[in-house]
Amino acid sequence: MVQLKEKEIKEKSGTVSQRELQKMNIVIIGHVDHGKSTLVGRLLADTHSLPEGKLEEVKARCAKNARPFEYAFLLDALKDEQAQGITIDSARCFFRSDKREYILIDAPGHIEFLKNMVSGAARAEAAVLLIDAHEGIQENSRRHGYLLSMLGIRQIVVAVNKMDLVDYSQDVFNKVQQEYTEFLSQIQIRAEHFIPVSARNGDLIADRQKNMDWYEGPTILQALDEFQKEAAPVDQPLRLPVQDIYKFTSQNDDRRIVAGQIETGQVHVGDEVIFYPSKKRSKVASIEAFNTPVQTESFAGQSVGVTLAEQIYIQPGEIMFRADEPAPKTSTQLKINLFWLGKEPMIFNKRYLLKLGTSRVPVWLRKINTVLDASELSTELNRRHIERHDVAECVLETLKPVAFDLTTEIAQTGRFVLIDNYQIAGGGVVLDMATDQIDLTAEHVQQRERNWRRSRITSHLRQSRIDQQSTLVIISGPAGIGKSEIAQLLEEKLFDAGKQVYYLGLQNSLLGIDSDLSNENLRDEYIRRLGETSHLFTDAGLILIATVSDLAEYELNVLKTLNQPSDTLVVGLGSKTLSAGLLDLELSSAASTEKAATRVADMLTERRYLPEYYL
Amino acid sequence: MTQTMTQLDALEAQSVYILREAYRSFKDLVMLWSIGKDSTVLLWLARKAFFGHVPIPLMHIDTNFKIPAMIEYRDRFAKEWKLNMIVGQNVEALKNKQTFPDGGLDRIGCCKKLKSEALKHTLSGEWPRRVLNHQTCEYDIQENGQAFTGVIVGARADEEGSRSKERYFSPRDRQNDWDIAEQPPEMWNQFNTDFAPGTHIRIHPLLDWTELNIWQYIERENIPIIDLYFDKGDGKRYRSLGCAPCTGQVDSTAKNVSEIIAELESGRFANIAERSGRQQDAEDGGGLETLRRDGYM
Repeated sequence: MVQLKEKEIKEKSGTVSQRELQKMNIVIIGHVDHGKSTLVGRLLADTHSLPEGKLEEVKARCAKNARPFEYAFLLDALKDEQAQGITIDSARCFFRSDKREYILIDAPGHIEFLKNMVSGAARAEAAVLLIDAHEGIQENSRRHGYLLSMLGIRQIVVAVNKMDLVDYSQDVFNKVQQEYTEFLSQIQIRAEHFIPVSARNGDLIADRQKNMDWYEGPTILQALDEFQKEAAPVDQPLRLPVQDIYKFTSQNDDRRIVAGQIETGQVHVGDEVIFYPSKKRSKVASIEAFNTPVQTESFAGQSVGVTLAEQIYIQPGEIMFRADEPAPKTSTQLKINLFWLGKEPMIFNKRYLLKLGTSRVPVWLRKINTVLDASELSTELNRRHIERHDVAECVLETLKPVAFDLTTEIAQTGRFVLIDNYQIAGGGVVLDMATDQIDLTAEHVQQRERNWRRSRITSHLRQSRIDQQSTLVIISGPAGIGKSEIAQLLEEKLFDAGKQVYYLGLQNSLLGIDSDLSNENLRDEYIRRLGETSHLFTDAGLILIATVSDLAEYELNVLKTLNQPSDTLVVGLGSKTLSAGLLDLELSSAASTEKAATRVADMLTERRYLPEYYL
Repeated sequence: MTQTMTQLDALEAQSVYILREAYRSFKDLVMLWSIGKDSTVLLWLARKAFFGHVPIPLMHIDTNFKIPAMIEYRDRFAKEWKLNMIVGQNVEALKNKQTFPDGGLDRIGCCKKLKSEALKHTLSGEWPRRVLNHQTCEYDIQENGQAFTGVIVGARADEEGSRSKERYFSPRDRQNDWDIAEQPPEMWNQFNTDFAPGTHIRIHPLLDWTELNIWQYIERENIPIIDLYFDKGDGKRYRSLGCAPCTGQVDSTAKNVSEIIAELESGRFANIAERSGRQQDAEDGGGLETLRRDGYM
């Protein structure tokens, strides 16, 4: 037994960061049976990274079952896999070179398990792609290459394996290299090296034997060590997708913390920040953390929490960015490149869920431009659906605006997954904002108005009898600023003046029509129902007064559209969330309730919603 | 402040992200706490993720064969950190002595009874739970508790073969079955946070951590860890904690965290499986696979 002397231990225990080795995720990919598991098994064995006795144990098990030993069995630790002889999922193994620590992800090459290959590859910073020298380039050699480019993996080494089966022929190697280089160039990838290897014999994996003296480049192990660690994207504009908003009041903690992982850029205390798609603004008051010294800045890669100087209502899924940096895009129409992995094809008129950054939004397929057969790189036009393993350029439409970037500008917030039947069924990147904007809400209202069953008592008749023009008055502003007091006083004033008016309080909506709402999409559904309810009231000729905390621009658009054909007026009370141009009346939060209500009533008179209103 | 992240920073940030994603997505969420080093690091990461609070209940499956110091340690920190602490146990099997070695079962059979079954029925709420009452500092019996459908577990991929195939968010079906070939994909920071009624999800925030990372993080954060991991003078310590009858010690004179790190870095254990002291593994030919398919964590 090795006893560490006290001095040795002291020397070894410097600060943690000194002792930390760099760590890198590498994915091993390629067509089925081209030898990925064998290569990984060999790398582990040749770098002495296997647990003691593991090699002997697997060899003994093979002998017992009268099967020839293969290095691949080392990885295929699960019984199922040995029975079938193919890798089902991406197994991870750890090993160390002199330079750094590696996590090798052995991705399955069988087409059935493409989704597992994607899961493996998406975690990687670099890839080793295997091609069987004997069999040559196959369907998945190309498909995997294409997926790497879409997943954003730029560092690739190509291992031309099973050189022992082609007599270590340089000609065969050159032919594969030339053909595959051509393919990679079509998808804007340049391999760092092509390396001829025999994984089975351990040739040019970690060691160099005599069979391929004509090759002077690095071994696989050397090539791995040559890969560069990608630096965290701290120099790009700040993108902090909001994961959640915490307030642990029951634990006597009054901090309201906006939490998320910074994808790119950096943020400092005091930075002016904006949230998209709501377009709300605030300032970073503090950066919060547990068991660390006080921080004044955070940067890409960190999972952080910030508090804001002004308490604005924002939702998980929004992207926070700095007011002095380029803004992300926001739209309901995305032109995308998609690879589809779902069991069922992706079709039109079906609701899917889009997850981009931290947003989760219902989405529909609106248009298929082209479908690419990734294995051949040929394109098809005029397709009506997207099949499993297809790569398609298409247009998606979301139920409400999402914030994102183009993949060419900021990769981290320019990619997404789609959920079908509770599971991730596809992934892709955003190419552009689609231009032909269709407004789903407007479409709905058009249809609603077209089919609305009207009685002989029209809205116009009702309005002229009570001598008022029906309208929705929204009072918006920060929570707890006195919106409902103003709304109630306004209701009283109008009622006393003989008007037909109703104040719809938030509390009452939640008790009744919205009592079934819970969790994340509460706010959007609440807004939608408020819009439809308003439409009923205004259709009945009434003036409806409602209050909404921190109304966002797109929420206002939804309310206005749903309340058509009646008008919607917005009163901003000490609010900075809506720009002044969107407000019909702006009130200072310092105004008394009496004064505020009077000013709203005056505005209604001025604009002739109340032709005979006098105070 | 330098704008580079160390490996531990990156692991921490990712685990925190996963914990927050779980908390955001699942209402009936629970975290398993075995009192061992991994799940204690996980608990610490939850305090990081939620700024000192632990808004997720903790569950410990008490086999009644745990080393007594583990229970003392659990209760001490459950109180200190104000944890919503839930304890489950297979009372029936213990009463009928369906155990090892004093009962009629082998090691695997005992694990199935005291761990897998106890876990399954405590998660579902079918069996009574003991819940820590912070006023009285006693455990109250809770009948018909809520069923937990999201379970956070401290499994690491480097522990043994079958664990390296897990996803960060792994769906299990109604029968608790783990269909390895049919796992949905995960990519970038997007996980499967939606799940069909009747299924549930296991969440693995520590999947990318190694044994060494765990100890380095314990040192960096100064996390109070149970002292069974340290040599107390007889040249032996536990490297992995389980039930007393089935958990062996390793030869080691590491008396504190930094000595354990030095020992791991020296490569002394490089070729010895971390769970080599856990004797149920040896009985299960496929590693932990049989037990894991049955819901063992």
